[in-house]
Amino acid sequence: MAQQIFAYIVHKEGVADDSALELLAAAKKIVPDASVTAIIAGSGGDVDAVCNKVAPSFQEVWKIDNDAVSYPNAEIIRGMLTRILPEGSIVLAAHDTFGMDLTPGLSIKLNTSYLSDVVDFEGVEDVNLKAVRQEYSGQVSTHVLCDLSKGIVITVRPGSFQADESQGANGQVVDKTADAMAGDLPGKRRFIEVVEAEVGEVDITKSEILVSVGRGIEDQDNLEIISDLAEAVGGDVSCSRPIVDAKWLEKARQVGTSGQTVKPKVYMALGISGSFQHLGGIKGAPFMVAVNKNTKAPIFQVADVGIIADILDFVPELTDKVNELK
Amino acid sequence: MEILVCVKRVPDTSENEIEVNSKGTDIERDDLVYSVNEWDNYAVEEAIQIRDNIGGGVTVVSVGDEESEEVIRREMAMGADKGILLSDEVFEGSDGKGIASILKAEVEKGNYNLILTGAQADDGAGQVGGMLAAMLDWPYASLVNKIEVLDDKKIKVGREIEGGNQEMNEIDLPCVLSIQTGINEPRYVGIRGIRKVASVELPVHSAGDLGLSPDSVGEAGANVKLIDYFVPEFGEGAEMLEGSTEEIIEKLVEILKSKGGIK
Ligand SMILES: Cc1cc2nc3c(=O)[nH]c(=O)nc-3n(C[C@H](O)[C@H](O)[C@H](O)COP(=O)(O)OP(=O)(O)OC[C@H]3O[C@@H](n4cnc5c(N)ncnc54)[C@H](O)[C@@H]3O)c2cc1C
Ligand SMILES: Nc1ncnc2c1ncn2[C@@H]1O[C@H](COP(=O)(O)O)[C@@H](O)[C@H]1O
Repeated sequence: MAQQIFAYIVHKEGVADDSALELLAAAKKIVPDASVTAIIAGSGGDVDAVCNKVAPSFQEVWKIDNDAVSYPNAEIIRGMLTRILPEGSIVLAAHDTFGMDLTPGLSIKLNTSYLSDVVDFEGVEDVNLKAVRQEYSGQVSTHVLCDLSKGIVITVRPGSFQADESQGANGQVVDKTADAMAGDLPGKRRFIEVVEAEVGEVDITKSEILVSVGRGIEDQDNLEIISDLAEAVGGDVSCSRPIVDAKWLEKARQVGTSGQTVKPKVYMALGISGSFQHLGGIKGAPFMVAVNKNTKAPIFQVADVGIIADILDFVPELTDKVNELK
Repeated sequence: MEILVCVKRVPDTSENEIEVNSKGTDIERDDLVYSVNEWDNYAVEEAIQIRDNIGGGVTVVSVGDEESEEVIRREMAMGADKGILLSDEVFEGSDGKGIASILKAEVEKGNYNLILTGAQADDGAGQVGGMLAAMLDWPYASLVNKIEVLDDKKIKVGREIEGGNQEMNEIDLPCVLSIQTGINEPRYVGIRGIRKVASVELPVHSAGDLGLSPDSVGEAGANVKLIDYFVPEFGEGAEMLEGSTEEIIEKLVEILKSKGGIK
């Protein structure tokens, strides 16, 4: 396949995101001996640091160094990429909040196919790439075939590919700033600032035992059974996103990619389905107990111990038992 | 402000256990409870609140078969002023780009300042809003969790980024935004509200009405084709505790103690 493969790499304060080497691994799953070009946009010393750091892993590193992208404004970066990417390219990015902002529109501007949130690739058949995706928050998986002939933009689910640490590619850093900047930059969306998340009453990132509740709790009034259990076991209450969306618990208790990253010893997932955004916030491989009434809930695939039960019945009984033993 | 909100009818994952059919060609669709995509409900609520604050109108649009009428009416019962169904046999099998092209054709028939979509739908693609914006050449922001109208030319939006942080942007109108859950608290819709809009006329636009050639949409125009559904095998999976509730709890307490789960 003559198509060039690119990986768009996000970074923060001079450090490439973990997804960088996952994208490399993903690219090699599409084309085993792929030579992959990294693209890194930013400004000043930061961007140089990232370029030099990833250069050993990539065939080439394309650098875009300009104040206009010192904060990664997807609208501007999309404009730049449209200018520098050759026709028919295969472009990979992480399926994170930046990738979701950048890529659907990029595929339109480049007139390529688009595939988002891919968890695996199963090779190329003819002109079609065979990929694995999930639907219905991970309850089922699908194989999709996607036409590669005019190029493709793909986002890859963070954590789905094992980072390729092989290095040895010894890439040159090539400054593409001038090409990327040739002409007007999109100016209709202007970055103002980042507002940091509020600090909550408890810091769940420090908790050793988390009793975590999800939509299965059904009603705000039922939350009491969760705090009772947390108290009994000496842990803290955390939750999945819908509980925060409903304003039943404060945002600082949300576990997940758009919430907190926690690393407890024991994690109890009660009425939580186990979406990748939720699991993305659990690090350090805690011992996980899942209670769910759906035998097929994806959480059972990652938990250590699973119980099929209605949490509204099960949790109070468990609490009683724990208290009884004290 | 004229606002168009794109909504999709999807199986409700909190009401259903989604299963793959015996041939693996689709999910088991009998007995599924459908509803409006969770994210779209927040988008409609946001549109209604903006209209109520500064005036204008809210139109809800969906690409789907006649069953999608039900979700359009539901969103009208919430307070949307108009509903439009985009329906045609040739739309079947559309990929994200196909859906965005169909929506684009409808957008161009109207005079909208703002288009809202959900951040993602049941298959979690999160693609239609960004594609639609690029096709229209309008600016786009995804995962929006705050909207403040500054004047009739621009608005301020917050995007939810990693770690619960929020990225603030100013964006010119017209624009397309994809809405993240939690931006508001969608109002409850009762049976009575739905009855009120049950007989309101819903225009249905076909490929012909929209000036779309049949080979540009639907299966014919799709670059992405779904070939099968399956249930993945992930390593070992959890050790399932079985027995009576009492037995399970006894086992669980032992395990928790040994793992440091009880202080
Ligand atoms: C950009 C983005 C970022 C996101 N960030 C996060 C994040 O940081 N954190 C997060 O959690 N989510 C996040 N999400 C949302 C995520 O995709 C899921 O929607 C969410 O995690 C689902 O939460 P849940 O498991 O509680 O609810 P559901 O998926 O609705 O699951 C509820 C579960 O409870 C079970 N259940 C129901 N009733 C009972 C009962 N009585 N007893 C036992 N079990 C019961 C059901 O079988 C089901 O498995 C994000 C989404 C997007 C698009
Ligand atoms: N068939 C459809 N009709 C109308 N809007 C849709 C349709 N499919 C997707 N959308 C919109 O695009 C958003 C993102 O969906 P998706 O890109 O499919 O994940 C949804 O939340 C809807 O707002």
